[in-house]
Amino acid sequence: MSVDGFLQRLRSEGRIVVVGASLAGLRAAETLRAEGFTGTLTLIGDEPYEPYDRPPLSKQVLLGRASAEHTALPRRRAIDAEWRLGVPATGLDMAAKRVRLADGDEVPYDRLLIATGVRARPWPNEAEAGLDGVFVLRTRDDAVALQRRLAEEPRRVFVIGAGFTGSEIASACHERGLPVTVAERGDAPLVGALGGVVGRVAAELQREHGVDLRTGVMVTRLEGDSAGRVRAAHLSDGSEVEADVVVVSLGATRNTEWLAGSGLGAGPRGIACDAGCRAFDIRGIVTDDIFVAGDVARSPHPLFGYQFLSLEHWGNAVSQAEIAAHNMLSDSVDRRPHMWVPAFWSSQFGVSIKSVGVPSMGTEILIAQGALAERRFTGVYGYQGRVIGAVTFDQTRWLEFYQHLIETTAPFPPPFPTVDRRSDGQRPLPADFPDPSVPTHGPTVTLSGYSPADRRITFTPGRH
Amino acid sequence: MRLVVDLNRCQGYAQCAFLAPDVFAMHGDESLLYNPDADEAQREYVERAVAACPVQAILVDQVETPAGAAAGAATSAQEAPRER
Repeated sequence: MSVDGFLQRLRSEGRIVVVGASLAGLRAAETLRAEGFTGTLTLIGDEPYEPYDRPPLSKQVLLGRASAEHTALPRRRAIDAEWRLGVPATGLDMAAKRVRLADGDEVPYDRLLIATGVRARPWPNEAEAGLDGVFVLRTRDDAVALQRRLAEEPRRVFVIGAGFTGSEIASACHERGLPVTVAERGDAPLVGALGGVVGRVAAELQREHGVDLRTGVMVTRLEGDSAGRVRAAHLSDGSEVEADVVVVSLGATRNTEWLAGSGLGAGPRGIACDAGCRAFDIRGIVTDDIFVAGDVARSPHPLFGYQFLSLEHWGNAVSQAEIAAHNMLSDSVDRRPHMWVPAFWSSQFGVSIKSVGVPSMGTEILIAQGALAERRFTGVYGYQGRVIGAVTFDQTRWLEFYQHLIETTAPFPPPFPTVDRRSDGQRPLPADFPDPSVPTHGPTVTLSGYSPADRRITFTPGRH
Repeated sequence: MRLVVDLNRCQGYAQCAFLAPDVFAMHGDESLLYNPDADEAQREYVERAVAACPVQAILVDQVETPAGAAAGAATSAQEAPRER
């Protein structure tokens, strides 16, 4: 049978299975139908809910302005799918082309899309993580539980980790009038994503809003009371913070365990794929029938030195899903590369923070417009003499311009005078990203206690 | 009715907050908060907001998604195109 004949049969009566029923899985399914796929489409999801949107969970939901049960994603079109929800995939047989499910079922496929995403990294000490009042925030169920507890007006909320999610949670607590403490191992909030210059602005923003922000500290232990409810957190500087709600915001872990032993190139850093979303097997050979999209994917980006980027971005999930779906149904010459320029947003303490490109590759930052002190500015990141990323605090409308500079590898510092020149913008500053070799970004083990009996090991997982 | 705003696109023009204030609200100068599951009675206002958005960032359901359509294992969602 010719290749064309195969594709024709695939399009008309093939079997496509999508593992992961969230944003990427849904948008891929819609694209498959939009491109004329009329065969059998199966969507498999571990959560019992149809695809829903996650960004509102740490924003309007925590503020009580939307319900966690009602963030289901609107549909662009009918997808006429077979839904297998509430049943995680547990294995993949690449040779037999079958996905194994937790209920023992096996689903055969001609083309497979993996969009299993990430999950919240739990507090590493299981007993402490199991204390009543200790939460993570990733899923709809997490948000329902946390929102319910916040409504009970806890005396203090303690947030571990000041990345985007942790900072948004702190912002929501502040707005609800709840006392909140944030502990961050780095020198400032958001420092891993945006560097120290911008991180210091984020720190001021938190402190000005009454957040008890502790930086450069680690949480060594969560303490419960006799009823198994969390009552305090102990910090590496010897201090103790009493809190009846603890939210663990230590980033995410990729959902790839179910692929262990399958022969697919999947691991803790995600699933490597080519720019056309085809997954690599462990031999480094690209597969023809397995595609990847969304948070779980790692794909090379031509604009950023062909580095394999793994992006937990909403827009990346949409874009990569559309590309993957298109390529699943296409001949090699008709395939498209996934070349979405990374972009994300966050909303905290009334400020809209947005970014394009890859700021964390930047070694320098130049405040091109506005001023850090005003919390309204555009920061441009430079890497080896070119513009590599940009961030805005309440200056969204400028971002597109800088995206164009990134796409065209414009020189850094930008040679033009900016329209809104301030003292901040005269010269580039070191962007001040944490040294990746220091503990902030790698896993660490700390030992505490003197006598052998109370010697304690605390494992803090790495972030990537 | 379900809706989602692509906040990468949103530039805070606030047209939606003006046209459908019970669904969209500015939060600070440029951040937008919205109700992803707006009351059906808001449809007319929301559709005006969709049309007015300068960056076309608002997506509303293009098909009816009956409650529970995708719930439960091995059910097939029958989505009928909605009359527009």
